Amino acid sequence: MPRNSPPTLRRAIAAAGGPSSRLAVGPGSSASWSQLAAGSVLNWRAAEFSGLTVVVAAMDQFAAAAAMIQLDGVVRRMVLYPPDLSREHLDFVVKIAEADVVLTDHPFTAVVEAPIVFVESGNKLDNSEMETEASLETEWILLTSGTTGRPKLVKHNLASLTADLEFGRAPGPPVVWSTFYDIRRYGGLHIFLDAVCSGASMVISSPDEPLGDFLPRAGELGVTNISGTPSHWRRALMSPWAGRIAPRYVRLSGEIADQAILNSLRSQYPHAQIGHTFASTEAGVAFSVKDELMGFPSRVLDHTSGVEMKVVDTTLRVRSDRTASCYLGADNPVLKDAGGFVDTGDALELRNGRYYLVGRRDGIVNVGGFKVHPEEVEAVINRHPAVAMSLVKSKKNPITGALVIADVVIRSPLNNEDPNTLQRDILQFCRVELAPYKVPAIIHIVPNLDVSTAGKMVRRNA
Amino acid sequence: MDIRAEVTTQFKQVALEQDKQLLPLTDDLPLIDCGLDSLCFAVVVVRLENVLGVDPFSTEEDVRFPVTFGDFVEFYKNAAQ
Repeated sequence: MPRNSPPTLRRAIAAAGGPSSRLAVGPGSSASWSQLAAGSVLNWRAAEFSGLTVVVAAMDQFAAAAAMIQLDGVVRRMVLYPPDLSREHLDFVVKIAEADVVLTDHPFTAVVEAPIVFVESGNKLDNSEMETEASLETEWILLTSGTTGRPKLVKHNLASLTADLEFGRAPGPPVVWSTFYDIRRYGGLHIFLDAVCSGASMVISSPDEPLGDFLPRAGELGVTNISGTPSHWRRALMSPWAGRIAPRYVRLSGEIADQAILNSLRSQYPHAQIGHTFASTEAGVAFSVKDELMGFPSRVLDHTSGVEMKVVDTTLRVRSDRTASCYLGADNPVLKDAGGFVDTGDALELRNGRYYLVGRRDGIVNVGGFKVHPEEVEAVINRHPAVAMSLVKSKKNPITGALVIADVVIRSPLNNEDPNTLQRDILQFCRVELAPYKVPAIIHIVPNLDVSTAGKMVRRNA
Repeated sequence: MDIRAEVTTQFKQVALEQDKQLLPLTDDLPLIDCGLDSLCFAVVVVRLENVLGVDPFSTEEDVRFPVTFGDFVEFYKNAAQ
C-alpha cells in the first residue's frame, strides 16, 4: 500500500470527507460522501455480500457510486460493468470473474448464471449507520474491449487505483470535479476516486442527460476541474454550452490530444490550466503534461515520480504501483512482462526532444475512446457474400480522433451494377453485426490488397 | 460544386444510416441539437473529405469549432476556396 492510503473507500471518506462535499447527479439529486458511505442502496443487504464476487451493472452512475463505496472492503471482488457495454457479455463476465451475484437497477433480458439483485436508486439514502464489517482488500475489476469483441477483465485494487492521489483535504479553494467519462471507465473512476479521497465535491451526469442540461448544471454547481477525452471536448466545444462552465483545470486523457484541440480549449477557457494525461486501464496513470503542446518532452520518461518508463520496440512500457496486476481468465495475454512492465501498445516517435503518440502497434483503432480491433470488423465484412477479402484501417478524424474505413476486394467484377449499391449493402451488413463505432465510415472497392511475403495483409493506416 | 448541397446530402445520408431523426437544417440550428451524435459528425467529416478533398477541422490555425449548421457550411466553404 502507498503512503497514507486508506484501506477502504469508507475510511477515505471518514478521513477526508466533510458534510459540505457532495456527489451531485441529475437535476436536484445529491448526497454528501458521508451519506453515501452510511446509507444503503443495497437495501441493507451489504452484509449478505461479504466475501463474495459482485458485478455492479447499474445504469445510474449514482447507484453505482453508492454501491462502490458500500461494497469496497466488504466483497472479495467487485466488477464494474459499464452501462454502454452490451448486456450480451454479462454472462461471459460473470463466468470469468466467477461472480456470485449481479447488482442492477433495471430489468434486462440477457441470460445470466448468477442471481440478480436489484439496487435502489442512489437517491434513497438515509443516515442509518451501516454495520457491515469492511476489512477485506477488495479486488476491483474494470472492463476493456478485447480482440474478439468480448471484454477483457483487468484486475486492480484500491491501492493501485489511488496510488497517484493525495489523501485528505487539499489546502486552497474548494475543488469541484466533473468528468464526461462514465465512472465505471478508468478515466472516470480515477476522477471519482480523486474526489472521494480528497474530500472534493463531484458532479456527474444522469443516464442520457443531454449536454445542454449537463454543462449548465455543472456550471451552476461551480465545477472547477473537469476531465474528458479529446472527443468529449470537441463535442462540448461544438455546442452552444461550452461557455456555461468556467473551469480552473481542464484535463484530457484517453486519446491523443492534438494541437487543434489544445488550442481550442485555450481559446475557450483563457484562465484554465490545460493538461493532458497519459493513462490506460492496464497501465494506470503514467504522467500529465501541462505545457499545452501535443506529445510530451522526452525528459518525462526519466523524471516522473513513482513511475518508471521506457520505450522498447517503439512502444511505451510503464512500471509503477498504479498498474493493474493481471487480466482475469485463462485465455488472456500476460499483462506485465517478467520485469513488471506493462506494454501500453502505444507507439511513440521522437522528434526534436519530444515524443509524439503515433497510434497503436497492434493496429487497434481508438474511436472516441472506444477500441476497435480491425480483425473483428474484417471478419464481419468477409462474411458478406460478394466480398473476397477486406482490410480495415484507421483514418484520422478531428471529431473522434480516428474512425475505421475499409478496403474491400469483391469476388466477381461488377458488370452493370452500381458500386454505390454494393458499398451501401456492405455497410448495412456491418451495421447489423457491429456496434456503430466499429462500422467503417467509408468502403472503398479496390482491385487487390497487398499481402506480405509472410502471407499477411500489409497494414498501413490512413 | 455546391458545398451547401453536399453538406446537406451527407447530413441526411448519415442520419438515415444511423437511424437518427434529423431536424430541418436551418442556418441557426445548433449542431448539437440537429439529431446527429459525435460519431455521425465524424462520419460526415470523412465523407465530405472524400467528396470535397478538404477537412477544415484539421487545419490548426482555425481554433473555433462551428456551433450552428450555418457555421458548419461556412467552415467548409472557406476551406474549399
